[in-house]
Amino acid sequence: MSIDISQFHQTFFEESLEGLDIMESGLLSLDCGTVDTETINAIFRAAHSIKGGSATFGFTQVAEFTHAMETLLDEMREGKRQVTQESVEVLLRAVDCLREMIAAQRDGGSMDEQLAAQVQGEMEALLGKTGGDDPIDVSGNTSGTPAEADKACRTWLIDFRPHPDLLQTGNDPALLFRELATMGDLEVEVDDAALPPFPEFDAEQCHLKWRLKLTTTAGEDAIREIFEWVEDVCDLEITALSPSPPADAGPHEIRTDPPGQEPPFEGPGEGPGKAQRPPAAKKPRPTESGSIRVSIDKIDHLINMVGELVITQSMMGNLDGGFEDFDINRLEQLREGLALLERNTRELQESVMRIRMLPISFVFSRFPRMVHDLSQKLGKKINLVLSGEQTELDKTVMEKIGDPLVHLIRNAIDHGIEPPEQRIAAGKPETGTVHLNAYHKGGNIVIEINDDGAGFNKEKILAKARERGLVEKDAQLSDDRIYDLIFQPGFSTADTVSDVSGRGVGMDVVRRNIRELGGNIEISSREGEGTTFTIRLPLTLAILDGQLVRIGSETFIVPLVSIVESLQIRAENVNSIAGRTEVYKLRDEYIPVLRTHDIFQVEGGPAHIEDGLLVVIEGDGHKAGLLVDDLLGQQQVVIKSLETNFQRVCGISGATILGDGTVALILDVEGLVQLSRRPADEGPGPRQRAVA
Amino acid sequence: MASILAVDDSASMRQMVTFALQKAGHEVVEAADGEQALALAKTRKVNLVITDVNMPKMDGITLIRELRTLPDYRFTPILMLTTESAPEKKQQGKAAGATGWLVKPFNPDQLIATISKVLG
Repeated sequence: MSIDISQFHQTFFEESLEGLDIMESGLLSLDCGTVDTETINAIFRAAHSIKGGSATFGFTQVAEFTHAMETLLDEMREGKRQVTQESVEVLLRAVDCLREMIAAQRDGGSMDEQLAAQVQGEMEALLGKTGGDDPIDVSGNTSGTPAEADKACRTWLIDFRPHPDLLQTGNDPALLFRELATMGDLEVEVDDAALPPFPEFDAEQCHLKWRLKLTTTAGEDAIREIFEWVEDVCDLEITALSPSPPADAGPHEIRTDPPGQEPPFEGPGEGPGKAQRPPAAKKPRPTESGSIRVSIDKIDHLINMVGELVITQSMMGNLDGGFEDFDINRLEQLREGLALLERNTRELQESVMRIRMLPISFVFSRFPRMVHDLSQKLGKKINLVLSGEQTELDKTVMEKIGDPLVHLIRNAIDHGIEPPEQRIAAGKPETGTVHLNAYHKGGNIVIEINDDGAGFNKEKILAKARERGLVEKDAQLSDDRIYDLIFQPGFSTADTVSDVSGRGVGMDVVRRNIRELGGNIEISSREGEGTTFTIRLPLTLAILDGQLVRIGSETFIVPLVSIVESLQIRAENVNSIAGRTEVYKLRDEYIPVLRTHDIFQVEGGPAHIEDGLLVVIEGDGHKAGLLVDDLLGQQQVVIKSLETNFQRVCGISGATILGDGTVALILDVEGLVQLSRRPADEGPGPRQRAVA
Repeated sequence: MASILAVDDSASMRQMVTFALQKAGHEVVEAADGEQALALAKTRKVNLVITDVNMPKMDGITLIRELRTLPDYRFTPILMLTTESAPEKKQQGKAAGATGWLVKPFNPDQLIATISKVLG
């Protein structure tokens, strides 16, 4: 039988990477000074599994590397080694290294061999050896079979005297003899002298002795191997009878293992030269298919829902009795059925959406390590508190929120939390706290990043903004507006630029990324007490809350989250700049007006601008006003991509199908805002109408 | 054809063991740790148990010890899979009642050859 073991590689990679995550978080919690046996055991088990798997599946390099880790961890586990800061650091580096190694094997790439050798060296230094003197079992064991030259047929006399309790281990003499019989000619002679009289007979005890004669080409080692599992529950003597073997023959007690006697499994493809094995990395691996793990209960729920749907369908089917005898009773039933169908559909939709939902711990789990590394680097004491890790979030949103969160946490540690001396001077605990929290609120997920650091210095932000000309010299700004300045491109209040953060690139990007996900970010801060960033994100990108608007004869959808307000237009507030671009005076600011009828080439449109409504939208930090005919309803819409079926259209982010079957386009707020900030004659609309 | 309980916390190992055993015509039930395995063993009788040693919740040695206390498993062959060629692990296993062992790394052919030694 031959089995291609490469089919198990994908699973091995996945579980190894998971194992590394377990090791990492375990190591980080060891670091906090709580030496917990269960944690060390869990770390050890992960290393142990990776080593076992990598050796089995032929990743020799990984196996050798993990061996050193395993040995270190084993010593810690057994209490032979102190868990020191130094060893934890080395092990953390080893985890990184291993992660890279496994990724390289998976993707067929290469990795930094030098780094691996260095980390391995560090581990070996900890182990107190120079390395190389403890080769591990990564290729098959090669002992057990006698030398090739030893081919002569010989007869062996085997005295096999089982102890009474041999059967208790699940071993069976008959099976041993069957195995022996495959090696050559076997004669079995049973000695039942020790058999007790029947009343005392215990069927669970072994009372028989055997004397076996085996004529075989196999050597004594091979025979001994058969009895390997029973060697301490029997007395065994093996004697060579004929022809006279070389000097080493003679009675051998098997009770002591000959040195280096390993279970002799030698399979095809497990030759002694492990370096000669073709390295698996040479084979280009298919890139990881985007798969997610879905818990069984979600699937079960889904199947339940489909069951419900089928029941509703058959109930409705019963109503189909022709129209002749359609009476009011049936209408009532039909109405009930429809209500049920609506509920089923909604629940089914929710269940399907839940499949894409993963706990946010997938993102949060990388932060303990990051905070650990940063706090070491910056010489600050920081306690990271995570909560709400089980809050679920769409996979796509999850992938995109990682980087912004990294940035915010870095900022919190670099700028927020003060150095220990400064904290003590300010009467705060020496160790700063960064709290990362997630929870569901309405149809959103809220992520909070809170630190008990210095907070924002409003004066400093204002001064900086004035210096850069972002704010008028004596303008009075509300707190929100001041904090908003932080999100301006190139804005940083850090006195010194470190390589952690402080170049002022980032906060604008953070906000842009969050807005691209249809979310928003808010700041609240108290000087000297700390800062909280609050991020709100939609649970999924597949559905959005939309405001339906009428433009001419068409219905369009504006994402509700981007709408600031909607108002009736007062003609005296409309001005045109340079005779072309229209602006609307909204309290104390001027916002560009977008004539949607022109942009989307829709017939109709209000004869006078004051007949329409102005929907004020905000995207990319700027506002614009959409001129529409009417506001219709608000509803959740399912987003269908235009690009997959058609092509990208400026100002349109997608489409949806409304309840009556018509297609409505969803407006791309960012795109429209950008459009409004360009000179009118560059606009895409072929027909630029004059001011009404 | 025998029914075999395969116990390992590593999914890839379990996958390989199961695949190889099924290909050899056996029926396989899987468990990810000793606790699971013990619960499974109590609900059905298998002809052979193959278990890893290092596992969360309940390790392989404890599992073997527990299985041997069950009337149905007093004489059932139990093999342990281990990377630890260290004699003390084998001794512990044997003391707990293991029939034999299989040292990792092994390949599917070795696995099949080994189980044929204990299946009647």
